[in-house]
Amino acid sequence: MAQVNMTVNGKPVSGEIEGRTLLSDFLREGLGLTGTHVGCDTSQCGACVVHVDGAAIKSCTMFAAEAAGADVTTIEGMANADGSLGVVQQAFQDHHGLQCGFCTPGMVMSAAALLKDTPRPTEAEIRDYLEGNLCRCTGYHNIVKAIMAASGQDVSAVAAE
Amino acid sequence: MPKDHGIGASPKRREDLRFLTGVGRYTDDINLRGQAHVHFLRSDVAHGRLTSVDTTAAAAMPGVVRIFTGADFEGVGGLPCGWQVTDRHGAPMQEPPHPVLAQGKVRHVGDPIAAVVAETREQARDAAEAIEVEIEELPAVVDMKAAVQDGAPKVHDDLTSNLCYDWGFVEDNREAVDKAIREAAHVTTLELVNNRLVANPMEPRVAVGDYAPGTDESTLYTTSQNPHVIRLLMGAFVLGIPEHKLRVVAPDVGGGFGSKIFHYAEEAFCTFAAKQLRRPVKWTSTRSEAFLTDAHGRDHVTRIELALDADNNFTALRTETYANMGAYLSTFAPSVPTWLHGTLMAGNYKTPLIYVNVKAVFTNTVAVDAYRGAGRPEATYQLERVIDKAARELGVDPIALRRQNFVTEFPYATPVAVEYDTGDYNATMDKLSQIADLAGFEARLADSKARGKLRGLGVNCYIEACGIAPSHLVGQLGARAGLYESATVRVNATGGVVVMTGSHSHGQGHETTFPQVIAEMIGIDEDQVEIVHGDTANTPMGMGTYGSRSLAVGGSAMVRAAEKVINKAKKIAAHLLEASEADIELKDGAFSVAGTDKSVAWGDVTLAAYVPHNYPLEEIEPGLEETAFYDPNNFTFPAGAYACEVELDPETGKVTIERFAAADDFGNVVNPMIVSGQVHGGLAQGIGQALLEGAVYDENGQLLSASYMDYAMPRADDVPFYQVDHSCQTPCTHNPLGVKGCGEAGAIGSPPAVVNAVVDALQRAGHDITHIDMPLSPSRVWAAMQG
Amino acid sequence: MYAFEFERPDTVEAAVAALKTEDAQALGGGQTLIPSLKQRLASPSRLVSLTAIPDLVGVCVADDGAVCIGGATPHVRVAADAAGSYPALAALAANIGDPAVRNRGTIGGSLANNDPSACYPAAALASGATIVTNARRIAADAYFQGLFTTALDEGEIITEVRFPVPEAAHYQKFEQPASRFALTGVFVAKYGDGVRVAVTGASEDGVFRWTEAEDALSADFSAEALAELSVPADGMINDLHGSGAYRAHLVKVLTGRAVAAC
Ligand SMILES: Cc1cc2nc3c(=O)[nH]c(=O)nc-3n(C[C@H](O)[C@H](O)[C@H](O)COP(=O)(O)OP(=O)(O)OC[C@H]3O[C@@H](n4cnc5c(N)ncnc54)[C@H](O)[C@@H]3O)c2cc1C
Ligand code: FES
Ligand code: FES
Repeated sequence: MAQVNMTVNGKPVSGEIEGRTLLSDFLREGLGLTGTHVGCDTSQCGACVVHVDGAAIKSCTMFAAEAAGADVTTIEGMANADGSLGVVQQAFQDHHGLQCGFCTPGMVMSAAALLKDTPRPTEAEIRDYLEGNLCRCTGYHNIVKAIMAASGQDVSAVAAE
Repeated sequence: MPKDHGIGASPKRREDLRFLTGVGRYTDDINLRGQAHVHFLRSDVAHGRLTSVDTTAAAAMPGVVRIFTGADFEGVGGLPCGWQVTDRHGAPMQEPPHPVLAQGKVRHVGDPIAAVVAETREQARDAAEAIEVEIEELPAVVDMKAAVQDGAPKVHDDLTSNLCYDWGFVEDNREAVDKAIREAAHVTTLELVNNRLVANPMEPRVAVGDYAPGTDESTLYTTSQNPHVIRLLMGAFVLGIPEHKLRVVAPDVGGGFGSKIFHYAEEAFCTFAAKQLRRPVKWTSTRSEAFLTDAHGRDHVTRIELALDADNNFTALRTETYANMGAYLSTFAPSVPTWLHGTLMAGNYKTPLIYVNVKAVFTNTVAVDAYRGAGRPEATYQLERVIDKAARELGVDPIALRRQNFVTEFPYATPVAVEYDTGDYNATMDKLSQIADLAGFEARLADSKARGKLRGLGVNCYIEACGIAPSHLVGQLGARAGLYESATVRVNATGGVVVMTGSHSHGQGHETTFPQVIAEMIGIDEDQVEIVHGDTANTPMGMGTYGSRSLAVGGSAMVRAAEKVINKAKKIAAHLLEASEADIELKDGAFSVAGTDKSVAWGDVTLAAYVPHNYPLEEIEPGLEETAFYDPNNFTFPAGAYACEVELDPETGKVTIERFAAADDFGNVVNPMIVSGQVHGGLAQGIGQALLEGAVYDENGQLLSASYMDYAMPRADDVPFYQVDHSCQTPCTHNPLGVKGCGEAGAIGSPPAVVNAVVDALQRAGHDITHIDMPLSPSRVWAAMQG
Repeated sequence: MYAFEFERPDTVEAAVAALKTEDAQALGGGQTLIPSLKQRLASPSRLVSLTAIPDLVGVCVADDGAVCIGGATPHVRVAADAAGSYPALAALAANIGDPAVRNRGTIGGSLANNDPSACYPAAALASGATIVTNARRIAADAYFQGLFTTALDEGEIITEVRFPVPEAAHYQKFEQPASRFALTGVFVAKYGDGVRVAVTGASEDGVFRWTEAEDALSADFSAEALAELSVPADGMINDLHGSGAYRAHLVKVLTGRAVAAC
């Protein structure tokens, strides 16, 4: 067991970890931040995506020890300071970009990372960027639409509802 | 103007707030004080005799609490099957036992041999590796047709063969169908495989068992679509715990698609072990484990023949299907290839004579059960493929051939035992051709050609039976349970409403849509209405969510309970207003006396119900809470028409979906936004089945596609934006909301559209290809093109 | 996962020393190693992370014009920083896995792992790259030795990969539908002294050079030059996602497309 310190959602945190403790486990079990989900064991589903020093990573495929000293943002840290939904979150609600909600934290974190690099992505860029995020519920239609809307694009032309 | 609340509006989903901020509560988020973790040691061979399981060394490993094997479950019941099918000759299906932990034999890769309970997950897994297991390996049966040959190795030694049942439907039609096919002007025959799938909700299954010695109560937290069903099956058949000592909680559930209907061994184990060990026991499935233990779906091998007369009218249909049951009968497995499949073989067409034969087969593979659509996608796929093939053989337009044979008069009694109440198949086809811009196809075809690509158009229809459904009917068909739904509507003193429903939501948005209905009925704001579900402790006995039944059956129960509440409230209002009950009207949250300006607000009436100072106590009791159990008298029959356009790279065989349109008739629609979302999700799953997904076993019973490395899930760039429409509405005639159900349509209607489109593209390019089995992966399409 | 010790040195020397422990293993981005640890397919006693060693991260151009990439450079950095100097390599990196994988996965990890369906091996072999380790320099032709097998010794670390920059190059990746690794991938690189063609994803022996195509293309750098050639299906991977014959066919199609795109 070793001690690890990092900043999570703006707050300094520390905890006891083993070498093999994954960042996802540290967040979920160590810090009780269960918004980060685990949907696979082959690093493919993206339910676990968080930001480490601003970059989207799969927290199930990174050891907590590697995040020592890093600045980590999870879905719990995405709302505005007043508690209202952030832009991406709000777009997901407005456009019904989630159903069961299990993939949603990873989707929102990936979408936020995309919009940081590419403020007005095309449909194709969004679909390509989401290669590592599986959703079994939405058929992706409303997720792609929500991300376009979050980037300020007019999505009224995209098929109804 | 679209409505902004109530029925027909699309308010934002309230559940989204917690999901979007990371504070949903899924089963894996639950950790109980003092909990231990279980790891299941699973068979890595498909078929074998367990000669010894030695846990001595493992039991001494650090952190081990206790190791359980099949011997610990000898006096305990097996996992029950909830449906019995009677075969063609009147005999009941063969029904083997399904132990919680393997006893004597292992029957599929993943069959649990031992369960190690330890302080941590890793310790449990370490100890599991130290268990010494000796297995005498037996030849595996994987191929269904080989499994039913004489002399094939038997999955279950005590059964007479691997044939679970040989079902004929409608048996009395058999000879007439044979004759009609012999005498037909044209017969189109197609052999096809409905590929085996894995449901893959993104949340893997989890079970947490807990036991309270003080009250002798067991609690199971589980990822289930139907907590009451689990309580009934597990309590009554497996563990012998009476329902009043057993609570099952399914909190937020991360998708199900059928795979979380069934009662699984891990649920029974965690509940059992928690009581034995007097501490909570938790199991979280890995995705790898999910591939080996969640019930799979589909896996039919079918031969279908469609007979037509000289005018291209369908005269008879005959099918023979081998349906894989896997190694054990999962909860509803026997019903899928029979009652959920045979009864839909008429499709949208007035074929007068139909005979369906299904042979259900045991193999050394994981159990197969309902997956989104369950039986109806299998029926739709073969029917819509054979019609398409017939049209091509006859040189007629596939759409015209369909229209010519549509059922147009309702109610319509099919030759396969069901009666369609309403529908308008020409209307959805008309709508489809508009939203899919079928008229523009030729131009898009020319554009594809110019880029060296092939292009094809596939169109098809579907019908499904939803709202499952009438208990008297399903009882005759072999269900060992009723299939009603329940709701309690509790009105609080200050007028707020809590609806406790036996339905469950794992993505469908009940917390948003159910209040829309109540708000409409009473005329109050939706945020005055709260939905409670997923916990047997505070909801009435209900059958849960599957088969697109929640709104049609569960919503109807809620309407009935709300009607009772309103009727009682009217009595109170009549008393308060000193008027006759018959003159009381409820509108916009107030009761008024017809033809007067006298009124009393909803909240004043509800307050009077709980503070009955001025109250008709001699006539009615105080309080305002009613329960209803709703059992419909028929299924509902959503139907629609779908169109897919594909582009095909002739050099690599890669197919891309360029356009997909779905015109559905779901009857009345409560929340169009959510309905569209349900269709989108179903379409992606159907497109996934058609192009990408397939659970493949090798001849030794090893699952080759056992992770996302080999099981291709649809991703965002595999699908386009869809055009969906549900403005064609022929309301259901027999439920109070006139709704039909929308959860499965997309997955049912889309696979044939994709395959029809690929065949169309290939034939347009001159290839003599009439069929390719799903998934239409690049390599398969390319191989077909090589001839 | 089995338990192990975790170390995160900041110099190559310290990492090399730490890797001397019995059963110690290097950790790059973990995008391959962590999933296999979860499956308990590996049981290192100690993991030595290379990602905190500044000397191992970065892209630069050497005096001889070669593009040099630090062994622990993540794919995302290669995609961005080699875009000017070696666009085909940058494009390859930009299409490995998904964004989150590219933010962590490293070139050294990919080459050390030598997955038969991985992308970088095709680039390294087609470019005649030099794999530089803490101990020596290894030519790509000598480095790849079959499925998951390389010339690396126990505890040897890839510190840098040097890519001579071709006149023109292109990588064509045909994705396996599930994993999105290369079902077959072809990297074509045209140098002044000839063309090199490396194929990944297809052969049971891992990445290989298609020498017939190299000869034909060296004589005539056009897709038509391949017309008469064919790749034998023998020795090609035959699995759920495609037969040997299909992969052999793809090798030719993709080579032609890569040439056309150069
Ligand atoms: C979802 C997903 C999709 C992917 N798609 C692709 C794809 O399309 N194409 C593709 O090519 N790859 C793909 N990959 C693999 C990815 O590129 C990995 O990053 C890469 O294969 C391994 O690099 P790593 O840095 O993560 O290495 P690690 O996983 O850390 O290590 C892999 C192996 O290399 C050793 N090692 C690591 N660094 C060094 C070094 N500097 N010197 C010596 N040995 C070292 C380790 O000991 C280990 O044995 C994918 C991975 C995932 C999870
Ligand atoms: S849980 Fe991290 S990718 Fe699936
Ligand atoms: S919303 Fe359920 S998996 Fe995406």
